[in-house]
Amino acid sequence: MVDHAMIAHGAEWTIKHGFVYPNEFIYWGMTIVMYPYMTGLVAGAFVLSSLYHVFGQKDLKDIAKFALVFSLALLPVAMMPLMLHLQQPLRGIEVMFTPHFTSAIAAFGMVFTTYSIIVLSEIWFVYREYFVEQTVALKGSNKTGDQVKRVIYNILTLGAYDIGEKAIAKDHKAVAVLAAIGIPVACFLHGYAGFIFGSVKANALWMSPLMPVIFIMSAVVSGIALCMLTYIIIMEWKKFRAVLKKGLGDESVTVIAGVEMDVMKKTSKYLLGFLVAAIILELLDIIFRGYTQMKSWDILREVMFQEDFTKIFILQYGLGNLVPFILLMLPKLTIRRLFVSLCLILFGVFMMRWNVVVGGQAFSLSFSGFMHYDLPMIPHNLETYREGLFGALTVAATPFVIFWLISKIVPSMKAV
Amino acid sequence: MSCSRRTLLKNSVKGAIAASLPLSAFRFLSPAELKAAIGDDKVRWGFLVDTTKCVGCGFCVKGCKKENEIPYDAAVTRTWVERYVITKDGKTHADSPMGARDGFTKTQFRHEEEIDPIDISKAFFVPKLCNQCETPACVQVCPVGATYQTKDGVVLIDRKWCIGCGYCVMACPYGVRFFHPKYKVADKCNFCYHRISKGMKTACVEACPFEARQIGNLKNPDDPVTQIIMNERVAVLKDEYGTKPQVFYIGLDHTVK
Repeated sequence: MVDHAMIAHGAEWTIKHGFVYPNEFIYWGMTIVMYPYMTGLVAGAFVLSSLYHVFGQKDLKDIAKFALVFSLALLPVAMMPLMLHLQQPLRGIEVMFTPHFTSAIAAFGMVFTTYSIIVLSEIWFVYREYFVEQTVALKGSNKTGDQVKRVIYNILTLGAYDIGEKAIAKDHKAVAVLAAIGIPVACFLHGYAGFIFGSVKANALWMSPLMPVIFIMSAVVSGIALCMLTYIIIMEWKKFRAVLKKGLGDESVTVIAGVEMDVMKKTSKYLLGFLVAAIILELLDIIFRGYTQMKSWDILREVMFQEDFTKIFILQYGLGNLVPFILLMLPKLTIRRLFVSLCLILFGVFMMRWNVVVGGQAFSLSFSGFMHYDLPMIPHNLETYREGLFGALTVAATPFVIFWLISKIVPSMKAV
Repeated sequence: MSCSRRTLLKNSVKGAIAASLPLSAFRFLSPAELKAAIGDDKVRWGFLVDTTKCVGCGFCVKGCKKENEIPYDAAVTRTWVERYVITKDGKTHADSPMGARDGFTKTQFRHEEEIDPIDISKAFFVPKLCNQCETPACVQVCPVGATYQTKDGVVLIDRKWCIGCGYCVMACPYGVRFFHPKYKVADKCNFCYHRISKGMKTACVEACPFEARQIGNLKNPDDPVTQIIMNERVAVLKDEYGTKPQVFYIGLDHTVK
């Protein structure tokens, strides 16, 4: 019987071939793929909401509030895969106690906290008026549920009950300022995730000054895509309920469908812009490596064009970028086509994270061997749960649960 | 006494600042700073490997695993030996089964076909261990300062402080770091710091029957290791990463990975 406690970390999911140093394994697996993916979604959702709040893109008004609340729901989830990944999760807090600032990870706690504060306060300013209104409206009610709700709303007002014109104008100004500060911070949060990889000089694939910028662009792409996708699902649900209630031909159904299509068409333009920027940067990186042909190019070429060809060129660039790009560019966009494109884009960004994180460990530091990540599907211990499919599914499902909880208190879809 | 909300807030802030002033008299030392104060600054430990003397017996690996309590059957190891065979067609064959813990018992390389001795142009062994770099990438990237460089140049790991993020494992260009299967923290060769700081030699140096491995004080010009490094032609591994490795090799071939 094998003593599982004595198996080297990573040995369970790493398949080596060629000459690989004995201590080399896939140390950064599924959880670290999820980390930049989730942070990217957070940053992207926030940037989308800020496009309206700061730059006054009126066409994004309806999705802006929703994106803001959704970025709050995603926020704790950016931290989750990191905690899952740590060999000593209980010591994770040490990053805050004794940050070692020469490390690219050391400031994560601080950047993350700053960003959280900005998102939370922006949401508070956006919804303060609503909280006050609710406190007033629920005052007379005798129902226990309403009373509990009223206490919650009352606490959420933080004692600021003034909803006069002047006070509300101040709120709006605060939202604009916070959103403006939030954009660089959100980009920093994610560009920073890119820096964590880009600054590892030992890793030939990761080391690139373009990495932070590539990460930001793809983050915005994935964030917008997820917001749009969730928006479509919610609107379709509303439409479905309206159909059930009032019948197919009712005016409210056409109104919902009209609003939905309108918002989606406008948002997809921004999505396309960021998608193009992301692809250009990524291709530039590959072309540059190919042209300069540094020592690592031989092994990188083998990884890109042989070992991981399907994952990089078929799944990521083909299915995840090119196909949705064409689908979005074709005239007469429909919700169904948009839905498919969005799913593909989200998949494409996920594959990009995978190809960076796992792809960076697909070759040995010896430059003459390969490592294959055999993703643990069915977990048989904690290790294979955390670094496996189920760990990733847990992380991916959490923001929706949190969003559902937040929606009980904050009506992010009310503008619709 | 009447106290308006404004006054209350004002005084609270003042009070908080006043209370934190005495605290600021203390300097908060990171564990890395604190631990780095240990060691003798008249010593700079360095290592010399004579690859021409190594026969790939793997005694050093065995000795290291036992001395440093690295689970014997786990694939990870603090030191290992690589075997290189360069054939006449210019191909390099390399391997290190179980880090050469049991030496090299097969003439085959992994699943490759057996190499006919006639086809071999040159062959040799290369022992590897932590390079105790002068500018270690692993120390730079540790987010909590759990790994640090002592005054005598050895990079150590605080097992009670390491959070196990694996960033140092990723940052090392030599692949010397791994997670200790029992303690679940980063681990690597530390030149047997518990031995060398007491005047003893490292376990691998002791175990080597052919004196292929030597440890010495690079700050002492009369040290035999320093003498060789100063007077003979030696090389280091992967100097392109700018880590300034302090393990020197005699007879290092350009094919060594």
